Amino acid sequence: MATSLTDGRSRGATRPRAERLFRALCLAAVIIPLLILVILVGDVLVRGVGRLDWAFITSLPSRKAALAGILPALVGSLYLIALTAIIAVPIGVGAAIYLEEYGHDSRAARLIELNIANLAGVPSVIYGLLGLELFVRTLGMGRSLLAGACTLALLVLPIVILSSREALRTVPKGLREGAYALGATHWQSIRRVVLPMALPGILTGTILAVSRAIGETAPLIVVGALAYVTFLPQSPMSPFTALPIQIFNWVSRPQEAFLTNAAAGIVVLLVTLLTLNSVAVGIRNRFQRRLR
Amino acid sequence: MEVESARPITGRATPRSERAIGAFMFACAALSIFTTAGIIAVLAIETVAFFSEVGIGRFFFDSEWTPLFADKHFGIWPLIAGTLLTTGIAALVAVPFGLLAAIYLSEFASHRARATLKPMLEVLAGVPTIVYGYFALVFVTPALQAVIPGLAGFNAVSPGLVMGIMIIPMVSSLSEDALHAVSDSLREGAYALGARRLPTIFRVVLPAAMSGIAASLVLAISRAIGETMIVAIAAGQQPRLTLDPRVPIETMTAYIVQVSMGDTPAGTIEYRTIFAVGSTLFLFTFVMNVFGQRLARRYRSH
Repeated sequence: MATSLTDGRSRGATRPRAERLFRALCLAAVIIPLLILVILVGDVLVRGVGRLDWAFITSLPSRKAALAGILPALVGSLYLIALTAIIAVPIGVGAAIYLEEYGHDSRAARLIELNIANLAGVPSVIYGLLGLELFVRTLGMGRSLLAGACTLALLVLPIVILSSREALRTVPKGLREGAYALGATHWQSIRRVVLPMALPGILTGTILAVSRAIGETAPLIVVGALAYVTFLPQSPMSPFTALPIQIFNWVSRPQEAFLTNAAAGIVVLLVTLLTLNSVAVGIRNRFQRRLR
Repeated sequence: MEVESARPITGRATPRSERAIGAFMFACAALSIFTTAGIIAVLAIETVAFFSEVGIGRFFFDSEWTPLFADKHFGIWPLIAGTLLTTGIAALVAVPFGLLAAIYLSEFASHRARATLKPMLEVLAGVPTIVYGYFALVFVTPALQAVIPGLAGFNAVSPGLVMGIMIIPMVSSLSEDALHAVSDSLREGAYALGARRLPTIFRVVLPAAMSGIAASLVLAISRAIGETMIVAIAAGQQPRLTLDPRVPIETMTAYIVQVSMGDTPAGTIEYRTIFAVGSTLFLFTFVMNVFGQRLARRYRSH
């Protein structure tokens, strides 16, 4: 540890052999998983990039692997993410504001906190079962984009709340007190002082949280995303497919050509995910500069 | 000395609009309670309907799971065995790798190396699971078939290994936090007594961080139990009461996906099976999560 005065580490040749071996073993435990990640991405790229062209992005799916494209899945995924964000972000930020600014250490707040931590551990496929009964059947949304987005919104809500709370927590207490001292009401101080300060953090955190939803497959399968869609969604009530569902469909087929399609689909999925993440980081950098 | 800080206007002096806004924020937070209640209600209602038709005995005392065939059996054990088998293999990978990685990051790495390597490891948990499923089926299984004779195209070992890699960062990040939280004065005390590096790590630092480490293991294993797409793609769809990792099996999660891919009308017994299986899965993960969070709280309160 850098700060310790009596650091027990002995340098160079005097360091015991067992320690050097153990240290190498620990380092290997970091490096090997990273290498596997490189192999995974490399394998997908090697198989998939050759198949990627403009026609693949802009074509409808087909029974013939060479003609099949990914357009309805890509459009479906983008719609889903947008709808999910519209639903999850205001609710998540609202919940975070309650827990950080209103609830303090009240019993209700503690109960909600505990509950959110538990929800974060519920398997995503279970959210699918909830969405199927609640949104698809009871609320009569059918197997629509909206039902899928509501399900995904509930799924990402715990992460949105968690990251928004972290952003709110970075705002110094003194600023709130300054606002109160100037006669601001509770909401005025939140609206004019706390939220503007926390906004970049909230945006970055929520984009990262919502972008996770783009890779979610199991809950969408359970709420009834279709595997073979040859049209683009027209409204939130349209039936839909999504990138991971299309990839799953291709992976499930025995023919080699469809596996190549799956790899190309994964490249599209990863690029979309990376784009969203870089937008999140870009927003943070930009706002941080402005605030300073 | 604590100085009373400035507070917003509260009580009856609060303007009505302010109270409405506060109520809205509370409603947002309370939605999470309704989500939990909704999950439990949905699972309970359909599971009760399932048991009223099938009977609890056929669920717990049958060794076959064939609700989609003409000769229907509803024994849950093959699905539980499949889930525990893949999860066990994942734990065999994630526990040693995750713990050793956490020790490296906390005890050996420089501040800069830690700041780069930790987020890089966490990328592993951010890769969509469908991508891991593809990797298990298309890359890992053929590679393993070259080494393990008699390995089927669908099996438990390949998705288990890949799932293990996916949850390494869950083990390493939380364990590293726990190791990092161990006070330096403990390490310095050990060094002052003449202890070398390794004995200090094994006798002082690891025991002090034990509840945090245990929490990371429990939460990571719970994640593996609920993981769906990797096993749905690479483990096969054959519920089988076996601990042989070389043959096709089916997990609880993969069964739910299998039924959902077909068009099963609501109200049929096939439809209800996915909720009965979902309830079982929920119970497993819920117990582990509560237990894991308890451990995590214990280490934070130290």
